[in-house]
Amino acid sequence: MTTNYQLKRADFIFKSENDWEEILSKNISRPPQELINELISSELKGRGGAGFPTGLKWKVCAEAVNDIKYVICNADEGEPGTFKDREILSKVPFKVLTAIAICGHVTGAKEGYIYLRGEYFFLQQELNKAISEFEYYCKEINFDFTIRIFMGSGAYICGEETALFESMEGKRGEPRNKPPFPSTSGYMGKPTVINNVETLAHTYTIFKYGSKRFYDLGVQYSRGSKLFSVSGDTPKPGIYELELGMSLADFVDEFGDDDTKAVQVGGASGFLVPRKKFNETNIGFQGKLTGISLPTGGSMMLFNSSRSMYNVLDNYLKFFAEESCGQCTPCRVGCQQLMRGIKAIKRGEKNAQYLDKLLKLTETMQYTAKCGLGQSVANSFSSIVENFREEMIY
Amino acid sequence: MMKPITELIKDLADQYGRNRHNLLPILQGVVEQEKYLSEYSMIEIARELDLPAAEVFGTATFYSFLEYKKMGRNIIRICKTITCSMKGENQVLLAIQEMLKIGVGETTPDGNFTLLQTNCLGFCHKAPAMLINNDVYNELTPEKVREILSIYLNKKREEVANDN
Amino acid sequence: MDKKIKISINGVAVEIESGTSILEAARQTGVIIPTLCYHKDLCVAGNCRVCVIEVVGQKRLATACATPCEEGMEILTNSFKVRNSRKHIIELLLSEHNADCTRCYKNGNCELQKLASDYKIMSQDFISLFPFKNYTIDMFSPSIIKDDSKCVRCQRCVRTCAELQGVNALTVAYKGDQMKISTFFEKAMNDVVCTNCGQCINHCPTGALVEKNYIEEVWDAIADKTKYVIVQTAPAVRVGLGEELGFEPGTRVTGKMVAALKRLGFDAVMDTDFTADLTIMEEGTELLTRLKRALVDHDPQAKLPLATSCSPGWIKYIEHMYPAYLDHLSSCKSPQQMFGALAKTYYAKARNLDPGKIVSVSIMPCTAKKFEANRPEMHDSGYKDVDYVLTTRELAIMIKQAGIDFMKLNDMHFDRLMGESTGAGVIFGATGGVMEAALRTAYELVTGRDVPFENLNITPVRGMDGIKEASVRIENPLKEWSFLEGVELKCAIAHGLVNAKKVMDSIVSGQSSYHFIEFMACPGGCLGGGGQPIPTSPEIRIKRSEAIYAEDAGMPLRKSHQNPEIIKIYKDFLEKPLGEKSHRLLHTKYTPRKRY
Repeated sequence: MTTNYQLKRADFIFKSENDWEEILSKNISRPPQELINELISSELKGRGGAGFPTGLKWKVCAEAVNDIKYVICNADEGEPGTFKDREILSKVPFKVLTAIAICGHVTGAKEGYIYLRGEYFFLQQELNKAISEFEYYCKEINFDFTIRIFMGSGAYICGEETALFESMEGKRGEPRNKPPFPSTSGYMGKPTVINNVETLAHTYTIFKYGSKRFYDLGVQYSRGSKLFSVSGDTPKPGIYELELGMSLADFVDEFGDDDTKAVQVGGASGFLVPRKKFNETNIGFQGKLTGISLPTGGSMMLFNSSRSMYNVLDNYLKFFAEESCGQCTPCRVGCQQLMRGIKAIKRGEKNAQYLDKLLKLTETMQYTAKCGLGQSVANSFSSIVENFREEMIY
Repeated sequence: MMKPITELIKDLADQYGRNRHNLLPILQGVVEQEKYLSEYSMIEIARELDLPAAEVFGTATFYSFLEYKKMGRNIIRICKTITCSMKGENQVLLAIQEMLKIGVGETTPDGNFTLLQTNCLGFCHKAPAMLINNDVYNELTPEKVREILSIYLNKKREEVANDN
Repeated sequence: MDKKIKISINGVAVEIESGTSILEAARQTGVIIPTLCYHKDLCVAGNCRVCVIEVVGQKRLATACATPCEEGMEILTNSFKVRNSRKHIIELLLSEHNADCTRCYKNGNCELQKLASDYKIMSQDFISLFPFKNYTIDMFSPSIIKDDSKCVRCQRCVRTCAELQGVNALTVAYKGDQMKISTFFEKAMNDVVCTNCGQCINHCPTGALVEKNYIEEVWDAIADKTKYVIVQTAPAVRVGLGEELGFEPGTRVTGKMVAALKRLGFDAVMDTDFTADLTIMEEGTELLTRLKRALVDHDPQAKLPLATSCSPGWIKYIEHMYPAYLDHLSSCKSPQQMFGALAKTYYAKARNLDPGKIVSVSIMPCTAKKFEANRPEMHDSGYKDVDYVLTTRELAIMIKQAGIDFMKLNDMHFDRLMGESTGAGVIFGATGGVMEAALRTAYELVTGRDVPFENLNITPVRGMDGIKEASVRIENPLKEWSFLEGVELKCAIAHGLVNAKKVMDSIVSGQSSYHFIEFMACPGGCLGGGGQPIPTSPEIRIKRSEAIYAEDAGMPLRKSHQNPEIIKIYKDFLEKPLGEKSHRLLHTKYTPRKRY
């Protein structure tokens, strides 16, 4: 296995730096506009999977006129194959807390929350200790900001930003209509910045080292580094910080087990890339001039030739059918139709042409579902069915 | 010593508040002690927060970890998402079923264990993984899971012995 | 916002107010976008996704109901993408639906059926999910049947029960493929705080929520030669029935209704408005008596404000939610129940009938009346006072089944003895009507003069505001009522249970200074009741109320105490209001119930 120079490692997130107090004090005395410009020029995009420009998000919230605003750290990491946020919160929590507080300074929010998924209950104690220490320091430097943990209770859909707000408001985690958007009307109807844990950790890097250090990593449209959660048929499962823009072929060279049949990029909501497309696929937010590129939360699951793609798809569809909030027709019924549909084709109850009808259905789900869950089912469904059609039928 | 439910709910409401947005932590607090939300608990929460009972029910049943059916003292949640499934979740599940003599969704007659499946726990690089209550166990094998369950069973035997 | 913006819909440029939804903007330009979860009475949900449209330049489709127009938007409501997506959505809904339409109560008046028909869904390519679901039917309530197999999960019923009524008996439960509309712990509607008001039925697009119908039982009674079947009709029925039989909303069809009922075979067709007048006599006297006991005798048992008691949905609501305040309620039965008790006593005697052979049927705009008729205490005649309650909708079904060409009928009159009424009786069907009728009589009783409002139209109590107030100053009363000199009689009117809650909360907190409050469970009063024709909307209810007041204005007698049949029943039978016979037959007690 050759280590291709294209696969560039980075080391910002987990670098153990005990300077959060200094970073906090320094940055809350900088004018908010300066910090916003820093983020915008870094071209940092959300690391939870949606890839929205972070600087713009903070800017819109800062410009909203309201006495009450909120900063929420989305730690409802539930995408299959993703486990990086857990690691960040246990290894370098102060970076995240500092970032939340700086966001508060930029937007005018006085309260920050960490929405922590129920499955990560065991992180609570240590995290609360860190928060106590953090708030103590804030008081010392006269910075009015509190951070609290809000626990989830087992609902993947609560990772969707508006569903998260509903959950924090004591209701069912059903996504809202957009517009309005969170930066103008979020938690309790107030302007809210909601960012993924990793995104906030990157803002810490940017505020510490300046936007250029971040911008210099990666490629056009996909600046900076990202954490990748690697699992499946790999001799090196774990979390790796890599520059964006690498080709999937290089990635598989490094992390595959020499028998990699396909890679699921971005979890169940992402795309399955078959071996024949590794070379033309780049990991980032927008394609280079050639080939495709994929937005991603960084989940990379490798499958070797012993794995049945039918089982993989079946597993994903069961997941979506269960975790869907159930309010909108295309997702609630669509997921059930897809789940039963592939079973029926496999058992011979429906013929192979029915697969095409299902593909059309996923298109409709993509266009009409109310939130990202329903909209993304098409990604894995179409990429698996199109590339491994025979495995669906025989 | 476990508090009676009405007192528990009142204390939770004192701690968190009595507004709608305080509902989830209160539900979680009751589940923490009782392992599930009974009809009675939900009605008491509705009363304490001045909410309709149906709203409390509708909200609670949305969340997978807010059980509304009676549960055992130790709730096993084994991950069934793709990586854990690939890495041997099935064998581990069989080992548990064999050892405890219950199937998925069932509770042991002595009320010690309930066996459930859940979705991705975020330990895919150390699959297969499971939760018992709030504790995570990963890199499971049938042997390892038997060891883990034995510890719980021994703990229970000690408790029973101490009571006698 | 008054700012105007320019958009285009299907290539046609149009100027509309900024902030208008795409759905509304399209409607203004003559484009009808189909909807399912949208309802004028309720907040926007945006979950069914039927109303999706294409905004040029956006890959994903947007919902017309939940998306506001923005400057320069180019909207396509019937593009290839839109048509295909919409067809898929309807097919998906049908795949989880019990599509056995010919055996469904809503066959012919179902919004899903209409969508399937409009889009010509002629084949079911998708797998039917119906066999895999353990759908249940709840038939335990005397008023409402809940059939989960026909639910499209639009959540209109949940929003209605929460926003319009504030009862919250229904909720959305579970998630994903298990998501459904449910009650607390999936109990029967009968076992939870459901007030039977039936607003959920009015707002349900399919057959998931329908009334329990008694059509066959009534046909059987009519066919039974040994039985004498009496029917009474509520005031609101005569302004709603027409909508089911080809007339525009707000058409008065009183005469035709009577003619149709006679043709159906009822032995006597009489009027609930008669007992509405009677209720005014009893309740008016009760009000004045209570005022005396409270203001002069300072009797702590005499609770003010006095609350009306003719709305059984309201009664069940206060029994659940404010059981400590039941003695504020008037002890008068509702007009329906007064009629029922008198039909098998006064009427039977006068007509020489065996009361055991009388079947007493009522036509009501209300589903809670079915519950009321089944209340155990409603047996004061010695028999079940009202045997069967039919909603306006059920009557229309019977008329159609009998092959009656309703539009061609000639007007007929109600039968004697309990069929005469005044304008005060008919306005019971509108919110504020009971109050107005009571004031017309009570004011004259106390002062000897007409209420000081032009043409007896007490306009402050009329209209669709959720909570209305009116006050009447008593000056120069008759000697007997001198204690009321200078008293400002403060009245309030609440309709829709969510407004009833507000008023009750102000009473509980001690902030209320009212003497008399009219409570109606349904928005608009009975004319918007759970048994009235579907669809309902604010505009339709306004038209029906205009019809009610037009009916009142056109009647020769407009005060309850002038009704000659009322004068007769007191002379021949009841003696006086609140007399011994009245207490036995026309007054009732209430039952405290659990809040949860």
